[in-house]
Amino acid sequence: MKTKYFKEFQNLFKFYKNLGGNKKILKSQNSSYLFVDRNKVLNKNIVEKGVEVKTKEKKDGLDIDLRVKKGCEISKPLHLCFGMLHKRGLQKINMNLIIEDNVKVKILAHCIFPNAEKIIHRMQAKLFIGKNSEFEYNEVHYHGEYGGTEVIPHLEGRMDENSRMKSEFSLIEGVVGRLDIDYCLDLKDNATCELLAKVYGKSKDEIRIKDTIHLNGAYSKGLAKSRVIVKDEAVSEVIGEIIANFPYARGHVDCKEIVQDRGKAKAYPFVSVTNSKAKVTHEAAIGSIDKKQVQALMVKGLSENEAVDIIIRGLLR
Amino acid sequence: MLEIKNLKLVLNSKTIIDDLNLKIEEAEIHTILGVNGTGKSTLAYVLMGLPEHKPQQGKIIFKGKDITNFSLSERVKTGMTLTWQEPAGFEGLTVENYLELGAKRNNADIKDCLNRVGLEPKEYLEREINENLSGGERKRIELASVLALKPDLAILDEPDSGIDLLALPTIYEAIKFLNEEGCLIVWITHNPDTGSIATRTSLICAGRIIKTGKPMEMLNFFKIHCKECGHINIIDEKLLKSEN
Repeated sequence: MKTKYFKEFQNLFKFYKNLGGNKKILKSQNSSYLFVDRNKVLNKNIVEKGVEVKTKEKKDGLDIDLRVKKGCEISKPLHLCFGMLHKRGLQKINMNLIIEDNVKVKILAHCIFPNAEKIIHRMQAKLFIGKNSEFEYNEVHYHGEYGGTEVIPHLEGRMDENSRMKSEFSLIEGVVGRLDIDYCLDLKDNATCELLAKVYGKSKDEIRIKDTIHLNGAYSKGLAKSRVIVKDEAVSEVIGEIIANFPYARGHVDCKEIVQDRGKAKAYPFVSVTNSKAKVTHEAAIGSIDKKQVQALMVKGLSENEAVDIIIRGLLR
Repeated sequence: MLEIKNLKLVLNSKTIIDDLNLKIEEAEIHTILGVNGTGKSTLAYVLMGLPEHKPQQGKIIFKGKDITNFSLSERVKTGMTLTWQEPAGFEGLTVENYLELGAKRNNADIKDCLNRVGLEPKEYLEREINENLSGGERKRIELASVLALKPDLAILDEPDSGIDLLALPTIYEAIKFLNEEGCLIVWITHNPDTGSIATRTSLICAGRIIKTGKPMEMLNFFKIHCKECGHINIIDEKLLKSEN
């Protein structure tokens, strides 16, 4: 299975495996995947009949049109890997994601920038989820230890009646650099959306997470959840916004940020209700690790540092 | 095995533990009984060596060693542990992970610890220790974790409060089992039913142990006088001198 960019692909695949990616996907005939380095497609294998992935390499970026056709239920996840092994560069992905009606699909994405000294990863995504469809999107990042990564994932999405979406963004290993997440979803009747971001900020990381959910349908539900740790001199700002405009719409903003060392954290839960039968709640907690939690683990024989580590890992799990 | 001499703790200019003396013998289940606000939980924290509860005066002797100046971690190394009246939650940590922390039993026996507190391992091991567990479930998991630790001294702060009546005998059996394995139990409570399994009971009032004796006798005294007394932090000297 030698591709045009075989060597680059092998190098990227090594990091992908180390980051918990499925190492068997290359051997399996049934796995669908797309590997991208900078703005080049290194390897693509789409085996599912109902899945269509079109890519167009451009001078300054890569366009990806991913469509899952009506009625297609995919048991195995689709694997996407966006990486850059160089120290510097711009990766600009324009993704158009269309999940048609009555679809069930899961995407596992890995974003890998292990040597980044000055790398920008910009993802501009448009998402549509059709009626009665279920979509799960898990995105795991690794940015190396130099802090030279700038990651800007922006997503605008529309969810039709009875659709479900669960998204999890995780950046726990390595140094974040600068992160600017901006997701905005619009939900129709009975649609459900869960957005979860888990980030461990260190060094001089700058983290900004903005989740906006418009509950524009009766019985629609939204959850914007974030778990952020900032240590050293890292700073974070989490904005969770839910607007409920229809009867029986339910929303909840749940933000927890732990501050260690000289880290700084802010949280802005914005909730808005324009229908008397809708309800949105929020909870935001910022501060140091609860002393009682630490002591409860120390009485089991753990040192203070071990206890703190377990609490943080649990929060980001 | 555990001796407390002239212990005094002042927090924010308020005396919480006041010249407290108590000697607990080896293999005892010793209950500390008293109304709210008399210093029961504070005594537990002082014994365990929580940093913000360092006594200004007195001595704590455990297994013949003066541990008054031992840190929390040093006390754990001597075989001590503590359960809180309101156990902490741990997002992302499963019951199984939690029970394994510091455990001195193998995996099968850890599961048995859950059985001993009346929780079905299959149903609980994968659950997270978060707000989805009820207060009673959390209390039982805490007790199971103490069973897994196999400590020499367990300070249990109201392990029986918030437990439904039908489950209480199971909790008492679990505490008895721990004791039969050689663990000294200091059991903070205001539940009079503990008299049936305690070896001895001490009554605490205004930060002092005012009486120690057979559980039923102490309970009787408690029922007759302490509840009616209601003098939180004011010791009624007449009552102290009375026989019953």
